[in-house]
Amino acid sequence: MTTTRPPVAEAVGARGIRSTIARRRADRRRDDQQGDRGIVSDHDRKGRGVRLGMRGVHLALFVGLVVAGLGPLLWLAKSAVTPTQDTLRHPLAVWPNGIDWANIPAAWNDVHIDLFFWNTVVIAAGSWLFQLLVATTAGYALSVLRPRYGPILNGAVLATLFIPAVVLLVPLYLTIVNPPLPGDVSLLNNYLAVWLPAAANAFNILLVKRFFDALPREVFEAARTDGAGPFRLFWSIVLPMSKPILGVVSVFAIIAAWKDFLWPMLVLPDPAVQPLSVRLPAVQQSIELDVFLAALAISTLIPVALFLVFQGVFLRSAGLGGAVKG
Amino acid sequence: MTLTAKPPPAAPPGDEQAPPASSGRRSRPRNLRTWVRGGGLSTLVFLTPMLFVFTIFSWSPIVQSVVMSLQETNLLDPPTWVGLDNFVRVLNDPLLGTAIVNTLYFAALALLFGFPLPIIVAVLMSEVRRAKGFYSALAYLPVVVPPVVAVLLWKVFYDASPTGLFNTILGWVGIPPQPWLQSSATAMPSLVLEATWAAAGGAIIIYLAALLSVPPELYDAAEVDGASIWNKIWHVTLPQLRGILFIMLILQVIATAQVFLEPFLFTGGGPNNATVTILLLIYRYAFQNSLGGDYGEATALSVMLAVVLALLSWLYFKLTERWGTS
Repeated sequence: MTTTRPPVAEAVGARGIRSTIARRRADRRRDDQQGDRGIVSDHDRKGRGVRLGMRGVHLALFVGLVVAGLGPLLWLAKSAVTPTQDTLRHPLAVWPNGIDWANIPAAWNDVHIDLFFWNTVVIAAGSWLFQLLVATTAGYALSVLRPRYGPILNGAVLATLFIPAVVLLVPLYLTIVNPPLPGDVSLLNNYLAVWLPAAANAFNILLVKRFFDALPREVFEAARTDGAGPFRLFWSIVLPMSKPILGVVSVFAIIAAWKDFLWPMLVLPDPAVQPLSVRLPAVQQSIELDVFLAALAISTLIPVALFLVFQGVFLRSAGLGGAVKG
Repeated sequence: MTLTAKPPPAAPPGDEQAPPASSGRRSRPRNLRTWVRGGGLSTLVFLTPMLFVFTIFSWSPIVQSVVMSLQETNLLDPPTWVGLDNFVRVLNDPLLGTAIVNTLYFAALALLFGFPLPIIVAVLMSEVRRAKGFYSALAYLPVVVPPVVAVLLWKVFYDASPTGLFNTILGWVGIPPQPWLQSSATAMPSLVLEATWAAAGGAIIIYLAALLSVPPELYDAAEVDGASIWNKIWHVTLPQLRGILFIMLILQVIATAQVFLEPFLFTGGGPNNATVTILLLIYRYAFQNSLGGDYGEATALSVMLAVVLALLSWLYFKLTERWGTS
């Protein structure tokens, strides 16, 4: 089998968040002391023009990133508690006529953001559960158990990565309307219609399988010698060793579910079961701007909070994320 | 482990449940028993979730989409074969040309704004010695905002009245108010601007990782030859990144060819069809047809788009294989 270290194992590594933070602190200390080698050398940095230039770069980055990255979110947070007329007339003034806290309960209760928020949580949780179930069991079977027909299945899974999602749109929709199940059932307005197609994710299986491939075989052999069957091996040995990659798959699954728009709009036509992403454009026409902006702010809160807490996992997953778009 | 404990040669999955009826082949049941004892059955149990979701929600819809593109399908009558009629009708649709031109225009603008910007920001960020984590987090923040929220928020920014947010900012530097989404000339660039803001963070993180992999000796060597900072960027950094640059280029083209959310939520394709993209056209064929969905036409167009994109994906796969992702 291949001896090169899979990029996933490298990107994720077998480290927890805490050790990542410690490592980053150590990095920062080292940077302050000597500076790691970049394009601009220490010798360059002694030059006066370069020093001024670097200061300019620093300033430009700071201003640019704060304005572009944080600016819209801060504006949204401010406008969520600003009366409509203020937002329309003086969009960039800071509270010209005071704060209107009533927007937030109005969005939460009157626009039923609470219900759609809950729907989004249920959709994300179910997608997460099904994606983890499919990815870990399939990755385990293909990487550790390795049946004879494994390579064929692996190829069939990988091949779906080349098929753009747009091809699936119509046939998948018709599958949901009239699934190959006994009786006259339809999965429309059923969360399974979102959860199950999300679980058919080849990229997850690829990630998990590559990670399992890099786990030491000797541990499996030792467990087998001690009498562990395939289920015991999976549950007690492989899964506990795979927390980093399970974290990455979880981040992908939850974020993708939170972002998804077109598919839930098609298969969940009943407003009572729709997630935030589908309801927000729909309610826009019928409510006031300030309440609408409060609704937008509430919808942004959870993903941003998740990001701030699990920054390390997010940013390391982002490096892998490039391949998802294909 | 003896040889008999191995699974029988090429036992196809799903076949082995039923013992053969013919009494002439007595060896088969014993093979089945050794197959089960050798772990064949438990392997299949682990593969079941994957086989279930991929068969129903991935492999079969892919095949169906090709079949449906050659059929006339509605939800009531059994489908009828119509040969290439769907393709002919799609190719004769006057809107198709508009959609292709618009999609190419979107892709070209996205390349112009969205491709160089993350590279420049990543190179600058890699040279800054402090607060790198803070900058990465700021740059990635827009990616975490749910896309629907981002579009709806930017729709408020794009308010075409003189007191709209962007028009207010333009007013500070003496530029007259722009119509943004209201005119066919400025609608598409407005869409691209938001899409660039939403996606740049992911690319920046990927480039930052790639920049770390440039061997520092190359910079040392360039300095021995008396290279300036600009020379080092041009002759060392960029050539070292060419693999990842090309990969990102292909990924971006694949993503922009499937743009849907921005035109759907910002403009609905208007004004004057200036933002009708290929995916929006597919959506209209299938789900916005007053006569009921024209699933044949929709799948015919998806299949044509998919063939082009699959070629690009294949190229991407070949390149990542050769260059690796770092």
